[in-house]
Amino acid sequence: MHRVSADTLYKVKFELNGISVEGFAEPRTLLTDFLRHQLGATGTHVGCEHGVCGACTVQIDGEPARACLTLAVQVDGSSLKSVEGLTPEPGRLSIIQESFRKHHALQCGFCTAGILMSLDAFLKTHTHPGEDELREYLSGHICRCTGYGPIVAAALDAAAKLREGNDA
Amino acid sequence: MKPARFDYYNVETIDQVHKLIADNPDVRVIAGGQTLVPMLSMRLARPSAVVDIMRIDQLSKIDEKAGSIRVGAAVRQAALLAWPRLAEKQPLLAAALPWVGHAQTRNRGTICGSIAHADPSAELPLVLVALNGVVRAFKQTGKTSSARGRLFVGPMTTARSDDEIIEAVLFPLRENGKGYAFNEFGRRHGDFAIVSCAAVADAKEVRLTVGGVADRPASIQIQAASDAEAALILNDFAWSLQARDDLHASAEYRRQLVRQMGLRTICEARQCIA
Repeated sequence: MHRVSADTLYKVKFELNGISVEGFAEPRTLLTDFLRHQLGATGTHVGCEHGVCGACTVQIDGEPARACLTLAVQVDGSSLKSVEGLTPEPGRLSIIQESFRKHHALQCGFCTAGILMSLDAFLKTHTHPGEDELREYLSGHICRCTGYGPIVAAALDAAAKLREGNDA
Repeated sequence: MKPARFDYYNVETIDQVHKLIADNPDVRVIAGGQTLVPMLSMRLARPSAVVDIMRIDQLSKIDEKAGSIRVGAAVRQAALLAWPRLAEKQPLLAAALPWVGHAQTRNRGTICGSIAHADPSAELPLVLVALNGVVRAFKQTGKTSSARGRLFVGPMTTARSDDEIIEAVLFPLRENGKGYAFNEFGRRHGDFAIVSCAAVADAKEVRLTVGGVADRPASIQIQAASDAEAALILNDFAWSLQARDDLHASAEYRRQLVRQMGLRTICEARQCIA
């Protein structure tokens, strides 16, 4: 049994975008705040803070999840991916990010980091997604700018490009 | 919106959980955290300690046992949804699970956690009641207890006592000669239901269970009747649920959904009797 008392700082270690990182968290520290304040990884956005909006979505051991509904101590030893981990190299965009740009799938961009993390995982397992399936999946994210049309178009386009890439 | 301070325990055995709860009744169990963490953040829950049960090996299994699907307390919703042949083994569970939260919350949230939370509009408590499933708990004394049917006593309230820790939930397997159907209406897929309906039918009768209206899932048994007769029975049932107005829908609207969607769900369950 392991105990972390309320007023102590616990050293949390995990892999973030392939790099081993660590920082200090109280038991009550949310993963969103840990990423942003301890690690300075501010790509993950904080929206509603109760799991409804999806802006803080990151991948925990490959699966998209809400960082705001996760305690930092719960991911000790896990492997995480955040929006900073999407680009293949500095100055280049990933296929999904490039599709978002092409289709104007963002306006203010606040929700985008979370949506990208969900789609990045989804398109790995769903190589031929249907529009309905995509819309249902995107229901886990709230975007107040785009009306979702351009996001769906970008996701479909990205899926096609990813298929081409895999065939080549 | 940040949680108040609490101690965090990471345990490997059920005995350790019991010991913590015996020493301090203010301990709350955390599994996937998809309902507890928002409650902590909004400070609707302010436990002095939280005990994480996700590393207790014996709680992480799904298996088929004595005519039921047994789902351990640390099994995530996504894991059950991905369980091979779920739709064949229990079609109602397979139909309702995609409506539980969103893919992103199902990856963390557990089946038993949703049941323990007992939200009157949540899908898993509805399915549990519709199938007359069983919740098994470990008691402090080392014994296990089982609750069927009477588990839910009100909104966010179960009959579970403080020293009972949910071990698993058992959903009965699909039975030959029965048909199952599920429908839900909400503002957005994955939001809490305004009204949700689950029906289990056989040649003689059908049992309709409705969530989102009363303070807990409510069932009615309807003997073989014409659609017109069933509609009359459903009207009485809709009124009996004491629907209330809230931000999302009026009581009148909810009653109408019980009549319309209830009848549709009953018909669908009858049609798929196999």
